[in-house]
Amino acid sequence: MGSLFRSEEMTLCQLFLQSEAAYACVSELGELGLVQFRDLNPDINAFQRKFVNEVRRCDEMERKLRYLEKEIKKDGIPMLDTGENPEAPQPREMIDLEATFEKLENELREVNQNAEALKRNYLELTELKHILRKTQVFFDETASEYHEILANRHSQLTTTFSSRPFKYENLRVKFLNRCQMADSHREEEQLNLLEDGPRGQQQQNLKLGFVAGVILRERLPAFERMLWRACRGNVFLRQAMIEAPLEDPSNGDNVYKSVFIIFFQGDQLKTRVKKICEGFRATLYPCPEAPSDRREMAMGVMTRIEDLNTVLGQTQDHRHRVLVAAAKNLKNWFIKVRKIKAIYHTLNLFNLDVTQKCLIAECWVPILDMETIQMALRRGTERSGSSVPPILNRMETYEDPPTYNRTNKFTNAFQMLINAYGVASYREMNPAPYTIITFPFLFAVMFGDLGHGAIMALFGLWMVLKEKPLAAKKSDNEIWNIFFGGRYIILLMGLFSMYTGFIYNDIFSKSLNVFGSGWKINYDASTIMDSKALQLDPAHDFGRTYPIGMDPVWQVAPMNKIIFQNAYKMKISIIFGVIHMIFGVVVGLFNHRYFKNTMNIYTEFIPQMIFLIFLFFYMTTLMFIKWTKYSASNPDPHSAHCAPSILITFINMVLFKKSTVLTEACETPFMFAGQEFLQKVLVLSAFICIPWMLFAKPFIIMQERKKQQHQPILPFNGEGQDVENSGAQSVPPADQSQTGGHGNEEMSEIFIHQGIHTIEYVLGSVSHTASYLRLWALSLAHAQLAEVLWNMVLQNGLKTGGAIGGVAVWAIFAFWAVLTVGILVLMEGLSAFLHTLRLHWVEFQSKFYSGLGYAFQPFAFESILEGGGSSED
Amino acid sequence: MTYLPFFVFTGIFAIVGIVLPIVAPKGPNRGIVQCVLILTGACCWLFWLCCYMAQMNPLIGPKLHQNTILIMAREWGNMINLTETIEPHAVGH
Repeated sequence: MGSLFRSEEMTLCQLFLQSEAAYACVSELGELGLVQFRDLNPDINAFQRKFVNEVRRCDEMERKLRYLEKEIKKDGIPMLDTGENPEAPQPREMIDLEATFEKLENELREVNQNAEALKRNYLELTELKHILRKTQVFFDETASEYHEILANRHSQLTTTFSSRPFKYENLRVKFLNRCQMADSHREEEQLNLLEDGPRGQQQQNLKLGFVAGVILRERLPAFERMLWRACRGNVFLRQAMIEAPLEDPSNGDNVYKSVFIIFFQGDQLKTRVKKICEGFRATLYPCPEAPSDRREMAMGVMTRIEDLNTVLGQTQDHRHRVLVAAAKNLKNWFIKVRKIKAIYHTLNLFNLDVTQKCLIAECWVPILDMETIQMALRRGTERSGSSVPPILNRMETYEDPPTYNRTNKFTNAFQMLINAYGVASYREMNPAPYTIITFPFLFAVMFGDLGHGAIMALFGLWMVLKEKPLAAKKSDNEIWNIFFGGRYIILLMGLFSMYTGFIYNDIFSKSLNVFGSGWKINYDASTIMDSKALQLDPAHDFGRTYPIGMDPVWQVAPMNKIIFQNAYKMKISIIFGVIHMIFGVVVGLFNHRYFKNTMNIYTEFIPQMIFLIFLFFYMTTLMFIKWTKYSASNPDPHSAHCAPSILITFINMVLFKKSTVLTEACETPFMFAGQEFLQKVLVLSAFICIPWMLFAKPFIIMQERKKQQHQPILPFNGEGQDVENSGAQSVPPADQSQTGGHGNEEMSEIFIHQGIHTIEYVLGSVSHTASYLRLWALSLAHAQLAEVLWNMVLQNGLKTGGAIGGVAVWAIFAFWAVLTVGILVLMEGLSAFLHTLRLHWVEFQSKFYSGLGYAFQPFAFESILEGGGSSED
Repeated sequence: MTYLPFFVFTGIFAIVGIVLPIVAPKGPNRGIVQCVLILTGACCWLFWLCCYMAQMNPLIGPKLHQNTILIMAREWGNMINLTETIEPHAVGH
């Protein structure tokens, strides 16, 4: 099997398929998912392809299935997901499927239509019921008062009204006083009614007409206003709410409505009122005037509602049965239809040969899987009953094959991190296998805390152990999916953080004293009592080195803990950074060797290595020398105050400056004999590498070009002056340039390219080395933040005594725990993750990775089904 | 004696980074398993080594508060008898 270190070897193949066998073969290949088909008819649009009809039929089937799914979801019926994966059905089965879906859809639509009609009917009846009930109240309460009031008023009005209409207002007040029971609204209307009518014959015209109906509650105020304005206040409206919500049959929503009844006088107003009702979508219902009629009608309505209820129940039952039956198979059908559609889609990419008897396909195939693909094709042929076996021919091509990295569930997440930067060029060294460890490790250097690491590792472990049930849930939550996709990264990051946290001796910003600190208190009581703080003397109070990690004494030394840890953490950042970069350059060597690019080894790899090792790796060596050679307990040339600063030594080395002796007793600013000379040699050789990288490659290319040009030109010159001939001669180089990459690049371009490359590398190694200091910076920030959180929050709880203290610790611990998880684990973790990503993408991969490839996208049912089949539309 | 931790840890990580990759089970993922083990061994060993070496020859000592010193002295064995020193002071003043 292929490994993850390089992408798979691919080959372009031509596939001849018998027309009858094509469908079955493609179906088998889809199950296999190892073949990427190329579109052989790119200039034919989607509607003119051969199998466009079938694709359309599949679309139609899918639409029907989606309709069914929607209906099933609406009824809340659980869909059976057995997780089985049915094979793509034979093309002839498609008709059966179509018929089934057609039947189901029609049945469902009919049921729905019936149900809707019934519901509409039901709604009308209910509304009518409400109208009858509510209006009964209106009629009851108004009938008595109303006539009384009218009679009263009429006797008055006849005397005063006719002569002095301007006294209306007075009258109104008087009237109001007299009959307080009537609401102002109503009486106003009465006034106006009277005003409008011919004054002599009011008695006769007081015979009022009315309409009753229902209206959406939210429209009522507008409706009322409209009525008032349009009829100049000459109508009288009463309304009552229907408390229970009614179901709108068209979309099943609950709506709130109100019953209203409008009294008016005369036909003109009647038409006007009806128009307004229509405009506001109010439904009007006939309402008999006589109470006995109304009662009778109400009875009739009640019986009809009961009948309707039974019928509706039966309809619902039927619909439910149909849907339950469909829900059992729905997932299966979806898979089948999507597979069929995918197959025809793929067949559309193929070419028909002249005889129309066979289909020609071109596809990218991993060489290692040729055998499996042949087997699948044979199976497909057998299934279709065709006698002619399909032919799979390897083709020669100059095109760059796609990049295919065979991943499993563990390596996949890491490969995704790399692909997010850029898909590797074909057969280029893949950084993913190294990333599996270097990524969580560099993360952990920044995130080192045993406690926080444990939280993260447990979260990762939980996701890994519960992988199957969690994956089956298929959440839509994007953040969760990111976490779940990276569960193995999270687990490893957590585990490494626990290790680095243990080495940093940090657990929620406290230290463990597992092995016993190496420092001893040798002061006598008086010295201690005389000063508030004392520094232990490394020459006398230091017993032995703490075997694993930081000595716990540093955690309780708030005054110079940072100084000590900074020196240590900066050094390890640089040490790991330089080694990481050297590793990157070495990976580049494998690329040069694989691609037989010997020239690159001599013109790029060697000077790059020299530059990096002679300058930066030398600096890390100095760190180790300083650690071993200098000690507080040593006599003078190697004592604590003689230890030279590595940074200053390095700067002086590069600038050729003379280092100054720290004190007289130290004798020399150097760590070992001959260091000065060695440094000069190193710097000079490193500087020589710059022009070497800059010019060597272009010059060699130039030389080779000259040699190549000399040979063909000589015979050509001898032959003569033919213009056509020169044209013919120029063809082969043109071909070469297409095939062999940068064959005919301009010389100046090569120079510029190489210049950029060199400058990038030289400046890059300086800035990248400094960039690794982020390991120190983030680790420091993380440790400090954890400490501040402890001191400012949890300590307050721990220091409170008594019973209150117990409660306080309980509350404060909760707060501290939330902040620890939210800020220190989640946010700090995210920031450390991003910095690690940058260190890999920029600092590591820039040393060898070009990432100019394109991904292998095999025709696989699995990915099509996961994407919900929509990816291809 | 002083080199004991060095050999122990180098030994442990040598097992992780050298022995385990050799005995890694055969299979399609052997290459990846080996790569993972070697890198783990190398990274963890170097990380431990740097921490050990940084403290091997300390150039500065921890600066501690009076209280911390007293507690450390009590907890980590050489108890300091304060009564002797406090009394003369008390008498003196």
